[in-house]
Amino acid sequence: MASQMGCKQADATRWGERLRNNWRNILMTTSETSNDTVITDELKSFIGLDSRSATYDIERHAVERFACAIGDPNPLYSDQNAARSSSYGGLIAPPTFFRSLLPGGYSKSFPEPFAHILDGGSKYRYHEPVRVGDQITVVRKITDLFEKHGRMGAMLFKVTEISYTNQHDQLVATQATTTITYGTGEKDSGVGDH
Amino acid sequence: MATINSGIETPTLWFEDVAIGDELPEVEKTPDTRQLVMYAGASQDFVAIHYDHKVAAEAGHPKVIIHGALKSAWLGELVTSWIGSTGRLLELDVSYRAIDFPDDIATCVGKVTDTRTEDGVGLVELEIGLRNPDDLITTPGRALVSLPTKTAFS
Repeated sequence: MASQMGCKQADATRWGERLRNNWRNILMTTSETSNDTVITDELKSFIGLDSRSATYDIERHAVERFACAIGDPNPLYSDQNAARSSSYGGLIAPPTFFRSLLPGGYSKSFPEPFAHILDGGSKYRYHEPVRVGDQITVVRKITDLFEKHGRMGAMLFKVTEISYTNQHDQLVATQATTTITYGTGEKDSGVGDH
Repeated sequence: MATINSGIETPTLWFEDVAIGDELPEVEKTPDTRQLVMYAGASQDFVAIHYDHKVAAEAGHPKVIIHGALKSAWLGELVTSWIGSTGRLLELDVSYRAIDFPDDIATCVGKVTDTRTEDGVGLVELEIGLRNPDDLITTPGRALVSLPTKTAFS
């Protein structure tokens, strides 16, 4: 078993190396500026624009399903008795459960110039726990758009701040995401939605 | 800042017991494609590169790739399982620098980089990351947590 695992890993390692180089090449930037920018005035008009809001009931089974999907056995997410006797006093959602609470769209459609999408990362700030039974309202807003140039050509970086507010009007958390789009051709599914 | 109803539960981790340089217990994950599908459903992230081999191949990958946000979730677990239910996660930053694949062992690691108190609350700064089988941190990050202090508790 151990040696088999070793073989498999060695194989995956070679692939990993190749891909990481590939990835680095995509992200490696040659210059930050270009005369023909993809960031048009129309794109710029999205900066600071609030999306429509979407409100979600935080349902026990959705939280449990999310915890199960990420493989987190913490009883605070699924065991009512354990959660009740904890300092939270009841079931809460995992820190990245917010990923399942999609914000609403913008009043106009974002003219995404590229076809492919990469998730660059997220920064979460937590203020209050999200409890089962809460109602969470989600709004997003693009806070920055910038462009870089790499081997794959121009890339658009979009920083979006998503706010999550509960039924008591408390801001429970924010998530700042960076999405990177690049390349032409047939658009990836969901490329315009992030 | 989140306050803790301290009367109900004895903390498993105290601020006073944490020192700069301390390492968090590692959390190891070996996701399979089934878990990626579960995550896609649970998070409503249906970007096809995470479940459709053909789409992944067209993008030059040997197989489907792990959702960045699933890696964030594991790093969240790394931190929250360490602080226990009397600690509070205040900040979590995660950056996806390289791709990870299902069936590889992904190890979540972390260490304490700073400790301080503000208004009687114990704050701990952490450097965290996801390590791949080549020993590379594909997904670096940081977190800020608060922990109960013995003085505030007594």
